[in-house]
Amino acid sequence: MARYAARIEISHLPGVADPQGATVERALPALGYTNVTELKIARSIRLVVEAADVTSAHIQVSEMCERILANPVIEAYEVAISQLAAP
Amino acid sequence: MSARIGVIQFPGTNCELDAVHACEVLGASAELLWHRESSPISVDAVIVPGGFAHGDYLRTGAIARFSPVMNALQEFAEAGGPVVGICNGFQILCEAAMLPGALQKNAGMKFRCEMSTLVVASQRSVLTADIELGAELRIPINHFEGNYTCDAATLEQLRGDDRIVLRYLENPNGSLDDIAGICNDTGNVVGLMPHPERACESVLGSIDGAALLGSLLRHALITATR
Repeated sequence: MARYAARIEISHLPGVADPQGATVERALPALGYTNVTELKIARSIRLVVEAADVTSAHIQVSEMCERILANPVIEAYEVAISQLAAP
Repeated sequence: MSARIGVIQFPGTNCELDAVHACEVLGASAELLWHRESSPISVDAVIVPGGFAHGDYLRTGAIARFSPVMNALQEFAEAGGPVVGICNGFQILCEAAMLPGALQKNAGMKFRCEMSTLVVASQRSVLTADIELGAELRIPINHFEGNYTCDAATLEQLRGDDRIVLRYLENPNGSLDDIAGICNDTGNVVGLMPHPERACESVLGSIDGAALLGSLLRHALITATR
């Protein structure tokens, strides 16, 4: 078994409103940034998982996303896995 | 004979005693069901009350749906038992896929705590079965994440099956199709963002919540005696 670091980014599915992003985008012109569009706010989760190989780590973390870390009804997720050096 | 209502309590729930009180005011008996309880539910109806179950960490309802009581609740609902999720309880029922869709942060990122006017849009649910279609009810809201959303196919299904049970007269949160409450396809599982348990006594400014909870209590007895 090896240890893998996972970086998970959870964002809204296309077409689902992002009220947080929209509100922040509206705040920027007040500071003079009138050139900003398409601001989206996503969440990032980091974890370390023990797995046989990188494929297994990816499958397990994706399953975690489906079951609890993301809400597939309104959210998309991306998983990036990298192997950690042995402790 | 009066109905026995179970009110689920998670760590972070804060409307459970209001729900118990409202049931008692309306002539039912009510008891708290702790979220670690996994044995079959033996009351006549269950309320999943408002609050911040498990701190709303990760997302509203995301952790609560894995509490042991939720399996028992699913079984209770599948057997036809009436279940009403109020506010955070609605969010939990959506996370548990007992109701479709999800509740997003309010449009405009405003926490809305005020009286709202609801329109009864369907009598298909245990909560609205006894109320005239089109009736207007004054019920308070108190939420940051009440912006109901679902995909286009789900919305069509909710409309086609007459499962949008309550709509806001004036949309306070950006909710799709002004949705304040929906039910499952058998009408025994209902979720709504407004708080009927806070509008059952005139001293609270409205007694319209008593119409909703009264309907629930009557249907709880019908289910119990079946």
